[in-house]
Amino acid sequence: MAVLEIRDLHVSVETDQGTKPILRGVDLTINKGETHAIMGPNGSGKSTLAYTIAGHPKYTVDSGSITLDGQDVLAMSVDERARAGLFLAMQYPVEIPGVTVTNFLRTAKTAIDGEAPPIRHWIKDVKSSMKNLRMDSTFAERNVNEGFSGGEKKRHEILQLELLKPTFAVLDETDSGLDVDALKIVSEGVNRAKENTNLGVLLITHYTRILRYIRPDFVHVFVNGRIAEQGGPELADRLENEGYDRFLTDEATV
Amino acid sequence: MTISAPETTTTKLENTGALGYKKHTDGGWGLVPIQTRSERFASTDVTDFPAVTGREAAWKLTPVDRVSDLIDGQLDGTEYNFTVTEAPGVSVEWVNRSDARIGTAGKPEDRAAANAWSQVEKALSITISGEESGTVRIERANLGSAPRAAHTVIEAKPLSRGLIILHNTGKARLTENVEIIVGDAANITVVTVQQWDDDAVHLASHFSKVGRDAKIKHVVVTLGGSVVRINPSTHLVGTGADVDALGLYFADAGQHLEQQVYVDHDAPHTRSRVNYKGALQGTGARTVWIGDVLIRQSATGTDSYEQNRNLVLTDGTRADSIPNLEIETGDIAGAGHASATGRFDDEQLFYLQARGIREDEARRLVVRGFLTDIVQQIGDPELQEKLQDAIEQELTRTRLSTDGS
Ligand SMILES: Nc1ncnc2c1ncn2[C@@H]1O[C@H](COP(=O)(O)OP(=O)(O)OP(=O)(O)O)[C@@H](O)[C@H]1O
Ligand SMILES: [Mg+2]
Repeated sequence: MAVLEIRDLHVSVETDQGTKPILRGVDLTINKGETHAIMGPNGSGKSTLAYTIAGHPKYTVDSGSITLDGQDVLAMSVDERARAGLFLAMQYPVEIPGVTVTNFLRTAKTAIDGEAPPIRHWIKDVKSSMKNLRMDSTFAERNVNEGFSGGEKKRHEILQLELLKPTFAVLDETDSGLDVDALKIVSEGVNRAKENTNLGVLLITHYTRILRYIRPDFVHVFVNGRIAEQGGPELADRLENEGYDRFLTDEATV
Repeated sequence: MTISAPETTTTKLENTGALGYKKHTDGGWGLVPIQTRSERFASTDVTDFPAVTGREAAWKLTPVDRVSDLIDGQLDGTEYNFTVTEAPGVSVEWVNRSDARIGTAGKPEDRAAANAWSQVEKALSITISGEESGTVRIERANLGSAPRAAHTVIEAKPLSRGLIILHNTGKARLTENVEIIVGDAANITVVTVQQWDDDAVHLASHFSKVGRDAKIKHVVVTLGGSVVRINPSTHLVGTGADVDALGLYFADAGQHLEQQVYVDHDAPHTRSRVNYKGALQGTGARTVWIGDVLIRQSATGTDSYEQNRNLVLTDGTRADSIPNLEIETGDIAGAGHASATGRFDDEQLFYLQARGIREDEARRLVVRGFLTDIVQQIGDPELQEKLQDAIEQELTRTRLSTDGS
């Protein structure tokens, strides 16, 4: 049983004003097949956690560990982490001019699997995944994320999730900027991946809305760089009614 | 009314740790240039030009000490060997320098071009007369290492169409002029590809004169050579004349690759698009792009846009990028320019690596992607494929050099 473990993680970022600590001791264990929601106010460090798991060079791990089935994730390069089975659906995917979606997907799949996918199967898989995500087939020939709307970028992230078949996926605010229809389509994609590959999910979100479509097993409230409270799906309902104020004032009085 | 918008911003990236692009867009309206481009001195006689000091507008960013023999010296102006793939509707032959077409497309604006003009004995004439002419490839592979002059006249008869590829390889110490006469309603592409040996030196001035409703796509691709400076100028003289001036260059350690692009809008409803892209890698890799666009009073309803983008792959390189826009009429359809010189975008690299793609392959994807839109516009699949391969080769060098350090 695969497991992603984060232990007492402290992370900082270099700014013009000096080193700024962001994560202040995060503990989290995700087993394959589980869905964990991380909810928290703006600036609490959610994306920092996501980027640190993926290995973005901007973030410095000061202490703590991240392991995947006991393997030291922090010792791996960004691409090694992806090949080990980690996936990050980005909050703001970047444009890559001159690189078509088709070329990008095939190159990524080949890198992850260590061999080129059988061509006929692959074309079929890409087509049906795009269809499921209601992506027009013309997307295949467009450049990666170039001129994509916010919602199209998010679908493209989930398309990659479905095709690359990681063990664990971190979804950083995949729900933001989506209308209800798009939110349903994207959620269905995540649920398909969960069903087909028993994916473990770390679902970062600001709103409870997406949790109606992707049921979390656990909910963690993220405040000021650490987990302030955790519980089951019912915690999300409480947050929906009460907001984050309770946690913010708690922090302020500490 | 005269509005002048000179832009003389030099974007320099030298050993900086800056990420992303340094953007440059419009600004500086209201300044009057010291000398408008149209007033620059021109002559076919080398003795009309004073000795080059390196401070002249035409030379200030060029390493003149590496090309002084071409500026001042004795040149071999005789015929040279070339190979040509024949195409229907196109004839290629040597003509005398007294040929009536010579001097009709433009005149040298610098001493090296005038030196070539003064010493050349024969001109290579390429005449396109077919309405559906094919592709003509002219390969120059054996120019040798003695200083030489050359002159080429490309004439596209009215209504003709064709694609001319001038492919340069091997050794060279060459200064030359290329005249391109585009007859009314003709539509041609001229591509000059420089894949010279590492020690080659090449200075070229291209002069295009574009007639009524005629169109030229002019492409400069420079990958190999020690100092290569190609200055294409396009005179849009007929109503509705149109130019797409494209360029692609990839400078390695020690290479100086330069292009001074000039578009002279001199008739109503003319259109120009200038798009040059460059990549730089290795210590001392140096590129220069100067883009002058002049929209004369006669050029009402003109539509013009020029841009230059440079991608810096390693430390120790320098890219100069200088767009100039002079507008002498208030009645234009559009005019703009952009210039950006940037480091390799680490966010793009991160995105690709986060999908399992190894760093060297991710780099290759991004650089190829950056340059590919120029390659794709050439219109000759065979050459396009060759150039994609050549760019791959250049990128393999980057990987080797970064692995080795
Ligand atoms: N590169 C950086 N330079 C300076 N500060 C940074 C940098 N990256 C993150 N931060 C700061 O760290 C804090 C946490 O940012 P992070 O993006 O992780 O928050 P978040 O919880 O994802 O917020 P949101 O809900 O708005 O997405 C913020 O105060 C942010 O400004
Ligand atoms: Mg965030």
